[in-house]
Order: sequence, then C-alpha cells, then structure tokens
Amino acid sequence: MEPVLTKYVREPNSFTLDFYLKHDGYTALKQALGTQPNDVIEIVKASGLRGRGGAGFPTGMKWQFVDKKIEPRYIACNADESEPGTFKDHVLMERYPHLLFEGCLIGCWAIGAKVAYIYIRGEFYHVQKVMEAELAKAYAQGYAGRNILGSGWDCDIVIHRGAGAYEAGEETALIESLEGKRAQPRIKPPFPALSGLYNKPTAVNNVETLCNLPAIVLNGAEWFAKLGPEKNGGPKLYCVSGHVKRPGVYEASMNTTLREIIFDRAGGIRDGHQLKAVIPGGSSVPILLPDQLDVPASFDSVQKAGSMLGSAGIIVMDETTCMVWAAMNLMHFYKHESCGKCTPCREGGDWLWKILSRIERGEGQMRDLDLLVSVSNNIAGKTLCAFGDAEATPPLTTLKHFRAEYEAHIREGRCTVPAEWRARTAVAAAH
Amino acid sequence: MSFHPLMPYGGQGFQRSERTLMAEGEAFAFTPERAARLEEICGRYPPERRKSAVLAALYLVQEQQPYITASAMRHVADFLRITPAEVEDVATYYVMFFKAPVGQYVLQVCRTLSCALAGAERVAEALSEKIGVPVGGTDPSGMFTLLEFECLGACDRAPVVMVNNEHWHERATPDSCAKLVDDLRARGVEALSGCHLHVERR
Ligand SMILES: Cc1cc2nc3c(=O)[nH]c(=O)nc-3n(C[C@H](O)[C@H](O)[C@H](O)COP(=O)(O)O)c2cc1C
Ligand code: SF4
Ligand code: FES
Repeated sequence: MEPVLTKYVREPNSFTLDFYLKHDGYTALKQALGTQPNDVIEIVKASGLRGRGGAGFPTGMKWQFVDKKIEPRYIACNADESEPGTFKDHVLMERYPHLLFEGCLIGCWAIGAKVAYIYIRGEFYHVQKVMEAELAKAYAQGYAGRNILGSGWDCDIVIHRGAGAYEAGEETALIESLEGKRAQPRIKPPFPALSGLYNKPTAVNNVETLCNLPAIVLNGAEWFAKLGPEKNGGPKLYCVSGHVKRPGVYEASMNTTLREIIFDRAGGIRDGHQLKAVIPGGSSVPILLPDQLDVPASFDSVQKAGSMLGSAGIIVMDETTCMVWAAMNLMHFYKHESCGKCTPCREGGDWLWKILSRIERGEGQMRDLDLLVSVSNNIAGKTLCAFGDAEATPPLTTLKHFRAEYEAHIREGRCTVPAEWRARTAVAAAH
Repeated sequence: MSFHPLMPYGGQGFQRSERTLMAEGEAFAFTPERAARLEEICGRYPPERRKSAVLAALYLVQEQQPYITASAMRHVADFLRITPAEVEDVATYYVMFFKAPVGQYVLQVCRTLSCALAGAERVAEALSEKIGVPVGGTDPSGMFTLLEFECLGACDRAPVVMVNNEHWHERATPDSCAKLVDDLRARGVEALSGCHLHVERR
C-alpha cells in the first residue's frame, strides 16, 4: 500500500506550510467547507473510520452522538500519546502538523465546533514548538482563525500542554486536565459527546484519527474502506519497538499480518536470537506468542487472536527477556501512573508490583502466583476507567503463557534467564 | 479491614500517602513579560475558565525559578482567580512540576519496557555512578538531578533520556553516559542528540 499519512514525513521541511500547500494541503478543507456538515459526517461514517487512540470506536458515529442543539461544541484532540510502545502521533505532529490542523478543522466543521483543543503531552514540547510556529503561519495565511479560506467561517486551534500523566490520555481525564484539574476520569455516562469540556458537547479524537480526514474527504469513503479488510479500512500506523532490527513507525493496510510487520518491515529479530513474545497493541494488551502472528493486524483479527490492536504499539521480545521482569517493569508503570481515584487500581497496582518484585528477586513463594491472579482479578472490571483492566493485564498474560518461568524463579530462588543474556544488559544495535 | 483478604493491610510496605508539602519560598510575582504571556494564554479559553491555564502558569513559574513554592502557587491562584488549594492540587499531581529544589540539569531516564529492553536500567546506573547520586538525588554542586521517567513516546530510539522536561537524547548507552554528563557540563543542552525526527537539524 502506498503510504497515505506518512508519505512525505521523511522529506526535508515536510513540516512547513509551504511544503504542505505544494502537496494538496488544505484542499480537503476547502472541499469540506463546500459540503453540508451533516454530509461530512455521513462520508466519515460510510468510510468506516475507527478511532486510532485504542478503542477502535467508529468516528462518524461518535460525531453523530455529539449534541448539535447545545452551543458551543468542542473537538478535543488526544495528542497525549503515553501508552508504552506507542510513538506514531509523534511522527505525524513533528513531520506533518498541518495534516492534523486540517483534520481538526474538518472535524470542527462537521460537528459545528468553533475551537479544537490539541492536548499534547508535556514531554513533546519540542514538537509543540514546531507546531505552534506552523499554526501561526496557518493563521496568518487564512487557513485557521477568522474567515477561513474566505468562507466566512471562524475556527480556532489551541495547543494545550500536559504535564506528565498517562491517565490524561483517558478521554474524560483529558477533559478534566484541559479544565485545569488533576487528570482523573469522570463517571460515564454522560459521555463527552453530550457533556464534555466545560460541560459542553465534545468529540475526543486521537491525532491519527483526525489525520485520516483530509484523505477521506478528497478520495471518498469507498476508497478508504477498500484499503483494508471489512470494517477495518484505511491506512494504519504501526509502532515497532523492542528486540527488532529496525524499530520504527510503519504504515500499512490492516490486511498486513503482524508477522509481516515485524519481520518484513521492522527487519525481524536481531541476529542470533529468537522471538519469544509480542505485545501487539501497547503495554495494556495481552501477549501473543510467535505462532499467533499470522493474523491481519486489524482491530477485529487481533481481537480474535486473543489480544487487542489498541494503539498499535508492537513491543517485540526475544528469548533473552525474563517475563517476570517484563511484567514487573510494566507494573511499575501502572502503579506509578494510577490516578488514585479508585481503590482497587491505586492499592492493587502497588501490591502487584511488590509481589512481582519479590518473585523476580527470588524471594517469592508458590502461593504468590495465586495471589497475583486474585489481586489482578479484583482490579479488572472493578474500576472507573479502563486503566484497571490494563493494569491487571501484565501479570495475568505472563502467568498464562509463562507460568513455568514464574515457578522456576520461586523454586531456584533466582532469575532463571541466564545472567549474561538478561534483557537488561542488552543494548540494541543502532540502525 | 482490607480490600483484599490476603493483604497484610497496614503492615510493613503498606502504601502510604506521600503528600508533598511545598516550601514557602521567597515572595513571588511573574515578570511583566511572563504575566503578559500568561494573560494571552488565558485568552485561549472562555473568560470564566481561566483555570484552564493553570498548567501553563506552573510551567511559567518553573521557567522563572527552579521549582514550585507555596508563594508561587498563591500568586498563580491570584492570577487565575482560583484558590491556592486548586493550584496545589494540580502542582502535586503532575510529574513535570518540581516540588523541591533540583539541579541545573534534570536528567529524566525513561525506564519503561521498550527502553528497559534496550538497557535503560544500566543507563540509569551509569548516570548515577558518574554523577555520584542515586536516582532521585541531586549532586552536591547542584548541577545534576537524576530521575526515572515513564515512556516518553520514542520507543524506537530507546533508551531515551529527557533533560529539563524538554530536550531529548536518544539511544543512550551505558558507555556514552559519562561523556554525556561531561558534554552537558561543557556545552549545555546543545550536547544532546535531540529528536531524530528533526531531520533538518542534523
Ligand atoms: C488509561 C487510558 C489511557 C489512554 N491514553 C490515550 C492516549 O494517550 N492517546 C489516545 O489517543 N487515546 C488514549 N486513550 C483512549 C481515549 O480514552 C479515547 O478512547 C480516544 O482518545 C478516543 O479517540 P479515537 O476515537 O480517535 O481513538 C486512553 C484510554 C485509557 C483508558
Ligand atoms: S482505574 Fe485507576 S486510573 Fe482509572 S480512574 Fe480508577 S484509579 Fe484512576
Ligand atoms: S519505553 Fe522509553 S520511550 Fe517508550
């Protein structure tokens, strides 16, 4: 598949307005402004575009739910990109920010919003500075702000810097953070489409989701849907990291299998090593084993294979990786990032990390394995937001596939992956 | 009582509140330029929603002085017409706000899985050894603070180190850490690799 989103990202100055205008920039916006907002929503619905932020919810449907009777309405673009293993929005914003601006404006036109807030994680400040400079150019030349493209329509884009909180990526926590509060989720319903930012109807859309809009408007819904399997249309960005030869962001259709992405695109496992396990959709999803990779990397197929496409952050681990250690590492992330609003998540995450740490140190007992399962199951499904399910995943999925490794740690009182092979001592080769 | 029957609730290792109390600090007021910048930022939100600018305000505090103090939080509260408690609530939640003195260079080593698979633990160890302080510490000269961070969103360039919430250094190796510290001393943040996506800047 010819890249759609990342076609130009490796070219010098691809981030500038001049470059963007030379490559059909803002022509989709012009076309959209000549189309009734409701028809734009219909086109997006017909395209089958599904949200790229993790849940894969149909974007057109989300927009349809936005309450059009209440003013003002908002787009909140989720540029928090904090799911471990995910770094695709980063490329789009750094190398082709006008695509996102154009997507935001088309979205605002469709739902009748006058402002799009781009909530970007604080750690991407170098990206934000580039974006702000480019946004100023777009304003100066009439592609944003007042009387856009001479249409008489006004719309603002505001870039809002976060300050280091994974939970700010959850849509209602993002809204809270935009309002100047702690990034802690709200109880749903009401969903943001009815009552979101400042209690007004709000569509929360991921960066990659919005970046698909210009191409849909220009090339049509059918073109988009046909790029991938049924209900999984369009181009998709995959982030491959870990023990592969060429880690990076790869664009492909969702017909492509996980194996093709890992072996053909990312070069396969580094020399002299074998594949052990793959996390296909960011740290929050279950592990797939090497023999489970011959499935299309689509939302539906990966789910059928027993995991989730999530944010398409593919983390690859070879045989040098101790799975108890990997689970412990991820649990540190979750215990650190829990927003603290629900007891099972706040307390349970810390306990899971402590139990995993003592097993990893060789001080575990066999009953700890049941304890891990029990605590995890007392978190998953019992919390306010999906963070709880994510947090329970690393221990449950590693125990499911690698229980023998846990038992060996406990029996032998030490880590059983040979010391000189330990993942922690292996530095990936540069490419 | 315990939320889980097998948990030694209240026993050793039980999760306790780590509530931070910020030092009073010297009297604080934004410089006129920063006050004007913040006023401009407030204008991006509805007039009755100045509170939305609180993260921006706290970043501006941190630009003006090394860390957030109680005096600064009170000033921010006045500026945004909210209560000091609302500011403290936010300042203590987000990890990019420093609640205590930090060094001139804050080294933030990503420790999450993709970076750890590429040796981030050893990068943190090597930095700690070179600077002579454990993770979380600041060296006696006040030049360096060493922190661990969670996934920075550049896992293809692991391990990644961020400096002062902003500047990136990619593909750090344990061997290159000593040089990195020396280079920072000599040349400042120019010594860092920066983000590989800035292809024009190579
Ligand atoms: C704990 C948690 C973290 C999340 N982090 C992100 C994130 O960093 N970026 C993102 O786009 N979506 C994230 N999401 C998903 C959002 O809640 C939301 O579904 C998404 O932004 C909707 O946009 P989409 O429909 O375009 O995918 C997260 C969800 C949860 C529960
Ligand atoms: S599940 Fe965790 S992160 Fe989500 S609201 Fe509850 S405490 Fe916060
Ligand atoms: S794990 Fe370090 S940048 Fe993602």
